[in-house]
Amino acid sequence: MHLNSPIFVQYYYWISGIFTGNWGISLFTQRNVLLDVEQFLPATIELILTAAIIDLLIAVPLGLVAGRYANSAVDNGVRILSYLGIAVPSFVVAILLQLSLGYGAHLFPIIGRLSQTTTPPPTITGLYTIDSLLTGNFGTFGDAAWHLILPAFALALGPIAQEARIMRSAVVENLRRDYTLSEISHGLPETTVSLKYLMKPSLIPTVTIYALDISAQIANAFLIELIFNWPGFSRYGLNAMLSKDLNAIVAVVLVAGVMFAIANILVDVVVGYLDPRIRLQGRSEE
Amino acid sequence: MTSRRSFSEKYGRYWYKFRKNKLSLVGLAAIFAIVFIAIFAPWLAPDPSSAGLYVNFAGAGQPPSSAHLFGTDEIGRDILSRIMFGFRYSLMLMGVVLSICVVPGVVLGLIAGYYNGRRISTLIMRLADIFVAVPPLLLALSVASVLTPSAINAMLAVSVAWWPWYTRLVYSSASSIRNEDFVKAAELVGASRSHILFKEILPNALGSILTKVTLDCGWVILIGASLSYVGLGAQAPTPDLGTMIAEGSSYLPAQWWISIFPALAIVVVILGFNLLGDGINDMFSAGIS
Repeated sequence: MHLNSPIFVQYYYWISGIFTGNWGISLFTQRNVLLDVEQFLPATIELILTAAIIDLLIAVPLGLVAGRYANSAVDNGVRILSYLGIAVPSFVVAILLQLSLGYGAHLFPIIGRLSQTTTPPPTITGLYTIDSLLTGNFGTFGDAAWHLILPAFALALGPIAQEARIMRSAVVENLRRDYTLSEISHGLPETTVSLKYLMKPSLIPTVTIYALDISAQIANAFLIELIFNWPGFSRYGLNAMLSKDLNAIVAVVLVAGVMFAIANILVDVVVGYLDPRIRLQGRSEE
Repeated sequence: MTSRRSFSEKYGRYWYKFRKNKLSLVGLAAIFAIVFIAIFAPWLAPDPSSAGLYVNFAGAGQPPSSAHLFGTDEIGRDILSRIMFGFRYSLMLMGVVLSICVVPGVVLGLIAGYYNGRRISTLIMRLADIFVAVPPLLLALSVASVLTPSAINAMLAVSVAWWPWYTRLVYSSASSIRNEDFVKAAELVGASRSHILFKEILPNALGSILTKVTLDCGWVILIGASLSYVGLGAQAPTPDLGTMIAEGSSYLPAQWWISIFPALAIVVVILGFNLLGDGINDMFSAGIS
């Protein structure tokens, strides 16, 4: 492990190891950390992507309706929801969901990715839902999706609250603009105004925060995966942290950092697509 | 402060903006109540010995009753008393983390903003970017994991994750304020750099800093609770809300009160700080009166 070498030489060995696939041996699993990452990352990506989809499907319509009808009952409901989403820790949401919908109502499974009787689909992408669809196994797909809902929702609730709030204030802001007023006064149908002209500019700040939230999910997933016994990357990372498995910890931080950077680049691309001012003029100064 | 208006005049205007939103008042009241409870916990708690080394197996796992309003936990400690002492730890965590983060974060941000474009500014901001590139909870967890689990190290770990956000915030306001005429005037008459940084630029960035501090109080408490939930925070028998939820969750759902009441307590604290933060935001926001 080159422990006799100075720190920067050790760093050189580590960096060259990262690029040649030698990520060090995990003390916990006794394997190359890269293999562990490959094994555990898909489960977490599946969870985070599902949470991201739930987030977008709920937050954007909520924010749109709340902003369009500001100070209505819906708006107040969204306001209460968003305060709760910020104030209730995700691990408490997870426990409450497990208790009420899982244990109490028996609607959803409490732990794991699949029922014990279901055999995992052959690994193509490592995402059980996609793999089972690719192999045409709809029973397995249903089971995997059914297991995904509770943890994904627990993960998504905080971001939903935040995005709904940002979407709302963006809609309120755009509602005051001249072009919206002129559309309304020309008698365009409500749905056209809301969905075509109000939603797109309001999505710009929302998408920015959305992507940052998604990339931070890998850290929030630490507690969710622990509670739902989800065999994913974050639980692996948490185990590594609790057992002081340094090679694994470094790898977890590295992967999370890379995902964060990728998400930031994606934000710039998507915002550029949504905002013609940026698309046509190039990026303005900060 | 450069303002020539009397202090009470200014104060009254801020207070008017603050109390326009009733929810801000609710938040203020909640935070006052929590601070009061935390300070006077040894006298207010029905059973102060529950906060220390204490077992009472005969009275373990009792549901909420008139004797124990929130019930007792798995080794017979009164949960209400432990929550009251738990507030102390949460507020202490918040206070220590923010006092570690805010000062260096703000000073670095001022320097980077004022010398924007120079090498020192690039150095500071790239350093901050490195810390920002990792989600705060993950960074705090990994720092806490390589240290011995304790309350102090948990505070250190959260601080490491938190300071760059202040640097970035202050940087962005300082780099625009430094182009204002009053800063140029101060430079022209030969004011010292520390005068320009702290007397000219800082007071004008104070509103956004204060708003962020209040909103961050809730986040810091949340991250601290997450750390102690996985066992990297304060160690037993210190009454800590996150630890209490974690310990109680193995007794769910039969003895729900062990973890649900501490969870509610956390929600109240975070909600209180968020409402207060929104109020302070209203206070400094541009609704020019």
